[in-house]
Amino acid sequence: MALKMVKGSIDRMFDKNLQDLVRGIRNHKEDEAKYISQCIDEIKQELKQDNIAVKANAVCKLTYLQMLGYDISWAAFNIIEVMSASKFTFKRIGYLAASQSFHEGTDVIMLTTNQIRKDLSSPSQYDTGVALTGLSCFVTPDLARDLANDIMTLMSHTKPYIRKKAVLIMYKVFLKYPESLRPAFPRLKEKLEDPDPGVQSAAVNVICELARRNPKNYLSLAPLFFKLMTSSTNNWVLIKIIKLFGALTPLEPRLGKKLIEPLTNLIHSVGAGRGAERAVFAVLISLSSGMPNHSASIQVRPARAGASPPLKYLGLLAMSKILKTHPKSVQSHKDLILQCLDDKDESIRLRALDLLYGMVSKKNLMEIVKKLMTHVDKAEGTTYRDELLTKIIDICSQSNYQYITNFEWYISILVELTRLEGTRHGHLIAAQMLDVAIRVKAIRKFAVSQMSSLLDSAHLLASSTQRNGICEVLYAAAWICGEFSEHLQEPHHTLEAMLRPKVTTLPGHIQAVYVQNVVKLYASILQQKEQAGEAEGAQAVTQLMVDRLPQFVQSADLEVQERASCILQLVKHIQKLQAKDVPVAEEVSALFAGELNPVAPKAQKKVPVPEGLDLDAWINEPLSDSESEDERPRAVFHEEEQRRPKHRPSEADEEELARRREARKQEQANNPFYIKSSPSPQKRYQDTPGVEHIPVVQIDLSVPLKVPGLPMSDQYVKLEEERRHQQKLEKDKRRKKRKEKEKKGKRRHGSLPTESDEDIAPAQQVDIVTEEMPENALPSDEDDKDPNDPYRALDIDLDKPLADSEKLPIQKHRNAETSKSPEKEDVPVAEKKSKKPKKKEKKHKEKGRDKEKKKEKEKKAADLDFWLSTTPPPAPAPAPVPSTEEAGVNPVTASKDECEDTKTEAQGEEDGAEGQEQDKKSPKPRKKKHKKEKEERTKGKKSKKQPPGSEEAAGEAAREPVQNGAPEEEPLPPESSYSLLAENSYIKMTCDVRGSLQEDSQVTVAIVLENRSNSVLKGMELSVLDSLNARMARPQGSSVHDGVPVPFQLPPGVSNEAQFVFTIQSVVTAQKLKGTLSFIAKNDEGATQEKLDFRLHFSCSSYLVTTPCYSDAFAKLLESGDLSMSSVKVDGIQLSFQNLLAKICFHHHFSVVERVDSCASMYSRSIQGHHVCLLVKKGENSVSVDGKCSDPTLLSNLLEEMKATLAKC
Amino acid sequence: MIQAILVFNNHGKPRLVRFYQRFPEEIQQQIVRETFHLVLKRDDNICNFLEGGSLIGGSDYKLIYRHYATLYFVFCVDSSESELGILDLIQVFVETLDKCFENVCELDLIFHMDKCNCWVIDEASRRKKWEAQRHQQVHYILQEVVMGGMVLETNMNEIVAQIEAQNRLEKSEGGLSAAPARAVSAVKNINLPEIPRNINIGDLNIKVPNLSQFV
Repeated sequence: MALKMVKGSIDRMFDKNLQDLVRGIRNHKEDEAKYISQCIDEIKQELKQDNIAVKANAVCKLTYLQMLGYDISWAAFNIIEVMSASKFTFKRIGYLAASQSFHEGTDVIMLTTNQIRKDLSSPSQYDTGVALTGLSCFVTPDLARDLANDIMTLMSHTKPYIRKKAVLIMYKVFLKYPESLRPAFPRLKEKLEDPDPGVQSAAVNVICELARRNPKNYLSLAPLFFKLMTSSTNNWVLIKIIKLFGALTPLEPRLGKKLIEPLTNLIHSVGAGRGAERAVFAVLISLSSGMPNHSASIQVRPARAGASPPLKYLGLLAMSKILKTHPKSVQSHKDLILQCLDDKDESIRLRALDLLYGMVSKKNLMEIVKKLMTHVDKAEGTTYRDELLTKIIDICSQSNYQYITNFEWYISILVELTRLEGTRHGHLIAAQMLDVAIRVKAIRKFAVSQMSSLLDSAHLLASSTQRNGICEVLYAAAWICGEFSEHLQEPHHTLEAMLRPKVTTLPGHIQAVYVQNVVKLYASILQQKEQAGEAEGAQAVTQLMVDRLPQFVQSADLEVQERASCILQLVKHIQKLQAKDVPVAEEVSALFAGELNPVAPKAQKKVPVPEGLDLDAWINEPLSDSESEDERPRAVFHEEEQRRPKHRPSEADEEELARRREARKQEQANNPFYIKSSPSPQKRYQDTPGVEHIPVVQIDLSVPLKVPGLPMSDQYVKLEEERRHQQKLEKDKRRKKRKEKEKKGKRRHGSLPTESDEDIAPAQQVDIVTEEMPENALPSDEDDKDPNDPYRALDIDLDKPLADSEKLPIQKHRNAETSKSPEKEDVPVAEKKSKKPKKKEKKHKEKGRDKEKKKEKEKKAADLDFWLSTTPPPAPAPAPVPSTEEAGVNPVTASKDECEDTKTEAQGEEDGAEGQEQDKKSPKPRKKKHKKEKEERTKGKKSKKQPPGSEEAAGEAAREPVQNGAPEEEPLPPESSYSLLAENSYIKMTCDVRGSLQEDSQVTVAIVLENRSNSVLKGMELSVLDSLNARMARPQGSSVHDGVPVPFQLPPGVSNEAQFVFTIQSVVTAQKLKGTLSFIAKNDEGATQEKLDFRLHFSCSSYLVTTPCYSDAFAKLLESGDLSMSSVKVDGIQLSFQNLLAKICFHHHFSVVERVDSCASMYSRSIQGHHVCLLVKKGENSVSVDGKCSDPTLLSNLLEEMKATLAKC
Repeated sequence: MIQAILVFNNHGKPRLVRFYQRFPEEIQQQIVRETFHLVLKRDDNICNFLEGGSLIGGSDYKLIYRHYATLYFVFCVDSSESELGILDLIQVFVETLDKCFENVCELDLIFHMDKCNCWVIDEASRRKKWEAQRHQQVHYILQEVVMGGMVLETNMNEIVAQIEAQNRLEKSEGGLSAAPARAVSAVKNINLPEIPRNINIGDLNIKVPNLSQFV
């Protein structure tokens, strides 16, 4: 009975699919969490079943739960199981779940490598597609490295659907495995001209993403993109390309000029259609900031006036781009931008704010800030208000306070800002206050008076302290009052304010500053009193200190406590001395003698390393590798510095720099704390003379500058206006006088008020003390770069020819590679292949090939120059754009063919470039040669576009051997694992047999087919006579006698690789299979049916799969004793031991476990799980190999094969 | 690059959450909630761009969204994407959804506002359809539009063709719906007495987020 119930519940349990789950969640609104945890229990049960359908259903539900916020990482392994299901339905579910939940930290992700590889090479395009999609979401560096080559191959897949996905995912691979960029780039470039628009768009997408980070490496692609832009009709692609040009134009100004015409054409052609699109392009154009902006701003303004909100936003966005290059043209729209500040849309307001930043000048700064202040009062949301606040500070402090003429005004703005409720930017204001007070000496007096009143009204700020950061300003206020206490009007009053009991409610770090500065204040009061001879007054102050300090001693904050108790003792001591009538003021103030100078945030970094000092060397051996995180001090000073904009007008920059450097030198000369090599007269704290040449006009102020109490900044605006007016009058007067003296004409011209920014003199003697830098700091710009930037790794020169070492790891050899160097083998094949096209090209390339490679880069640059330098002829009529481009490249030629050719050249293709060079050298016989050249070129092109197999082979060929088991001794001779299968006048077949670990008892035969004839080979079919032991895997439904079609055709001179899978019953013996390749050769004369017989040889070694093995596991294996043993010895071997090992590793798929001198242990595993262990010893001229294996027959066969290999050495 | 694609309804219930950058599940939920609050308070007639700020990634990122009747489609993108381009892409995505769900009106109503009334009556059942049957399907469709944060295809006909081909393939395999039935028979064959013992052993490691998040 009970059993029945249980069974019933199980039935129901497994009935639940995703829809039921959703319904269930809906019906359990009150106890959703409980219901879901119950569901998760059920899912766990389902995942334990063997039935893959049940698992898939469970994973499907998990994906939904993940969306609701439930962690499903515990099911990662089950997800992999579902991914590896054979049915597409389940596979898709598995990959979706994986893409949602896997990430770099998922430990089981490494188990997926082989599964994904299998799916990538699956015959079904959707299996491949789904794997690519999934992989794009969770690719890790390891996966990227292992699969890069497979994905590369897929980029040339026959189906565009796969091609575009493969192209797109390459970007992710580049990010995770930057080494793959250079080898893959040529093919990526090829895809820009793919016949399928989807693939093309994907390639454009990837290159744009790459170029966005490192545009200069992609400059040579400009002609190609230019062509795409003028020919493409896909809006998405156009947008991407124009964005790319936006990044390129700053690097190559000539590009801007070249772009104007096609872009204008584009606008007009699109503009006729939808207004929105017109604006898109207008906006995008403006992004190409290198070009003259007339057209751009004209286009943007209507877009902004047109009231549609998205366009308004984009208009503003575009303007901020233009602003960087053409500030003037934007400044004329100030009215509009200020209007936008009143927009109800926050996004638009923020954009407008951003623009204001770039628009300020000395003239309008006060006005703009005033406007912003009114907005601050009105702003409702705190985010927007905080944004306003930071913008105000940014605007004012930009370029080292370049635009501030009146610092009193700025201080009062800052003070006004402190009255904001609930802002979180208190520290920002504080940093500004400190910075200004320290660096602008003239303002200190005013600043101190303002700060003391701030301290006085501290309770207002402190009332809301704990919630928000505004109390941070008290930090600055206390410090300024203490440090510059000599300027205080009523020091005693301020002292009392700072000692109020309420202060103890402030945050610890502020209290600490209070305590410290109380003493400074105290010291200066003491000094005053003693000088005035008021001994009683002095004692009273001391008493006050003694009374009040204990409240800080009790503080919970350690820093405060420490400082307070220390100071309390000090004051008590002073009290004793005072009681004895000893003058103490001098000594107390000596505690705080000296002045603090601002230090540039990067100063530390710029201190040059003394010669002979190796900072990386250990002084003591490290104890443990626990490293502390980089500590970031809470920067009071740094903040402001970092926020400074990077784009400053460059001329001003240099001047400024020179001036600052000069000032700094002076400063340093005067600073006693500087250790200098040359002795200099030491003066103490004089005004720095380095600022003499700053134009400072000393004026008599008719209006009192100081505004009592907490000032309103508005008053300053009025004052400033008056002041300026006066200045102008004075200037005019002076000018007139001069004019009269000179008694010359041109009076009208002279009297025109030239009111530029420079004429406005600052109100105070602004001496902005520059930050200190170490003496011999090297001016470098490099510190702007973030070393952790993931895109930095992709900053790779792509024009350099590929070095031999730069190849992608190729799938099946990967394990071998880690142990020994098997990759070199393909050279013969590759060389043969590359020879082919050469022969056809009359061998003229063979000679200078190396030279050519070196030159190639220069040529490319030259090509680009060539492409850019010729200005397009003034198109007489609105001619179609592509033709103008071609004409621009070579204005002489008119024939269409010729144009095609020159274009190829301009793209910098190797052959093209060469042809072009010839052209340049001998321009006269050009026409005659022309036809020939063209032929050559097309041939060259074809040979370049060899399908994947050959390139892969070439890739392997150039790989440098990587040693693992032993240190690298000498370069290994190149070898190939591809052996000749059969050949005739039409075709040559080479093959390689690889065991596959994924499927038991299966081997993959990779056959490279190379067309040697000049006819097209198609309809290729491979039929193999199965033996009892080995059977070819055929598509479902075909009989044993059917052949397997080869999935491609071969044009003349091209080669490609096809893979066939064979199932092997027993791996212990080698065997041969007879087979036939039939194909149709078609040329101009007609088609003929041809065939080629071959014998496929499966050696025992080909059943082995390189498997790494650790020495302890290896030892255990030998100890277990169930391995039989056998050995061989080969004499007369000259090869070095290392090369020998490499040969064994490579040809017989072993990996080195351990190597000691001339003795090595090796391991491998057959596809059916036989362990094979070897001990290889080298004597003089001989090698002995002892083997142990779980199957004696296999071992003896293997050793025979090995003997044959070694005998060849 | 696209950092995230979020679809949620007017009540903030997520309908599709797709991140192209790793965030733990709790953070994902938090981002969805915050994004929802950000877009909710915006009128329909102001611009469709929002500077996300602290939400994902920082100042380089923007939220670009569209509001269709009951659903918000929000894309979080960086500065390499064109704003209007993404708006168009959202439109393509939504139209594709509409095409692929022949008989469903949740999206129908977006394009045929006149059918609104019938939609209201039928709302409950339709919502269920969106969530359950379509959840996977919407993901699959999205995968054909955006891959790993990069725009894969903008041509609607191509997208629809690929989706249909894949669905046909799935149908030919019998689909997932056949699974439970098969599962039942599978279960009936397994050794019964062993099952109950395991059934109620809850795994303590399951993380159950605070319910209040969802209210």
